[in-house]
Amino acid sequence: MMARSRNFDITRLPGFTLIAVLSFVLLYAPIITLVIYSFNGGNSVNQWGGLSLKWYAIAAQNEAVQSAAIRSFVIAIWASIIATTVATMAALGTSRRAKFKGQTFIYIVINQPLMVPEIVTAVALLLFFSWIKIATGYAGLGYLILAHSAFCVPFAYLPIKARLDGMDTAMETAAADLYASPLQTFRHVTLPLLMPGIGAGAMLAFIISLDDVIITEFVKSAGQDTLPTYMLGQLRRALTPEVNAISTVLLAVSVAVLTVFFLITRKRG
Amino acid sequence: MSVTNGFAVVARNVGKTYGEGKSAVTALGNVSLEIRKGEFFTLLGPSGCGKTSLLRCIAGFETPTSGAILLSGRDITYDPPNSRPINTVFQSYALFPHLTVAQNVGFGLKMQGKPKAEIASATARVLALVKLEAFADRLPQQMSGGQQQRVALARALAPAPEVLLLDEPLSALDLKLRKEMQGELKRLQIETGITFIFVTHDQEEALTMSDRIGIMSAGDLLQVGPPREIYNNPVNRFVADFIGETNFLTAEVRNNVVRIGAGHEFAVPLNGRQGTITLAIRPEQVSLGPAGTGLPAKVVEATYLGTDTHYTVALQDDSRLTARIQSNTTASLEVGDQVGLMIDPNAIRVLEA
Repeated sequence: MMARSRNFDITRLPGFTLIAVLSFVLLYAPIITLVIYSFNGGNSVNQWGGLSLKWYAIAAQNEAVQSAAIRSFVIAIWASIIATTVATMAALGTSRRAKFKGQTFIYIVINQPLMVPEIVTAVALLLFFSWIKIATGYAGLGYLILAHSAFCVPFAYLPIKARLDGMDTAMETAAADLYASPLQTFRHVTLPLLMPGIGAGAMLAFIISLDDVIITEFVKSAGQDTLPTYMLGQLRRALTPEVNAISTVLLAVSVAVLTVFFLITRKRG
Repeated sequence: MSVTNGFAVVARNVGKTYGEGKSAVTALGNVSLEIRKGEFFTLLGPSGCGKTSLLRCIAGFETPTSGAILLSGRDITYDPPNSRPINTVFQSYALFPHLTVAQNVGFGLKMQGKPKAEIASATARVLALVKLEAFADRLPQQMSGGQQQRVALARALAPAPEVLLLDEPLSALDLKLRKEMQGELKRLQIETGITFIFVTHDQEEALTMSDRIGIMSAGDLLQVGPPREIYNNPVNRFVADFIGETNFLTAEVRNNVVRIGAGHEFAVPLNGRQGTITLAIRPEQVSLGPAGTGLPAKVVEATYLGTDTHYTVALQDDSRLTARIQSNTTASLEVGDQVGLMIDPNAIRVLEA
């Protein structure tokens, strides 16, 4: 490290500090403003009316917000469980077997939701689910859970696959040498060693699901608002600092989950 | 040591090829080998000679392309590794980082479905054998390389396998620790009576530990025998060169007499060989006397090594020989000194040219 910093240290380039500070300001100034204005005692989103927890109380007592929050969490929990399970199987299938023809194609298919414009997936799902709704008569949360599970897969897949690729297959060889059947090897060696990756994948999937607007807006039936779509709906009416308060709570949840994610990956990394 | 009749492991015409067509690589040509029960057998050869491939075929991590592997007379060629009563000590140790030392050691027995009490007692017994009783609750990464090595050994010994495979297990240790572990391994092998198959590229390690050694090169087994036999009677130039240091001299056979240098003659058992041959002479079997006593030679290099001194001498035809002389037996020689070179004819081995 010492030798490298003597040869080439990026902090010595002209304007380094200026660009770094500007980037941080651009990234965080709006968010900090949002958090501050969530404690606004006035009735305007952007005009200060004194410090107060008023809007948090209003949001917490708002039944529409309550049901949207519960719905958001139910969908995010189910979607992250389903997506992580599928992603774990996909990661095992793409890194714990002999190379096969079409592996690159499979890889692209798994990561497809990262590349296809979300609005396209949203329209496609709207069409697809409308047929199923007509055929089955079912109009519950299942559609949202399925849709969220689908676009969460690549986010869960990436950390799991990275973890698996970094894991020495000698562990599995050693387990087989010590009388473990393939299933025992998975249960006692591969899975426990993979857990940090799986945990990271699940948390990422959870956050991505919690945050989704576009696909949810298209797929949801009447009365199935999640927190983000509820807030979007508020746009059409008079916007109050209530959305600032809800946003701040969502931000706090995301930061908490991502901190845990970071700590887990760093500890085992 | 329980040497019973029969063999622990038999390799019958084992061949292993990786890849297909033009890119195919032959790791094992056609290897046949019989390893006795309770024996410390070493597969010795340079890297890429096929010794690890053969070990992996015995463990079941690889399936031979041709031939068969027998364990106590039973064909196990196509059995998966988890159904073979054979355990491996890996070069990288491959300890499970999420399990404690005791859990690592008990892993094999647990997978076999043994009762908890039996696992606990076997784990304690084996940990005592490798002197790690105090470390049972540690995680592997909290231990030194030498200690991890012992855990790997204990883990492989705990299920009491018929055969223990050791894949260059000492290569990551420093010299002092390696010497210590060599003695330890030999002691464990005698105490447990388990057949050890040890893979190494270190000829000294092979000579000091093994009951028998198999020398491999380029996917073939060249010679199998006790260390002394291999050292004293190498079958060819490769074996002679790989095991210990050797001088090679080209010589002419005329009228059943071997001539080297400028007409010097030796009486060497020739078994009817004629023409140009190669002689293999160990440096410790070359002695140097005053000029005029033997073959005339000149000292061209002297390397002091403590108890011994290595002298490189040039004969009159400029062929070179190394002599290893005990430092205190003769007055030290200087580069440029004229000497008389003597070789015990019984110590000369005749190899194919």
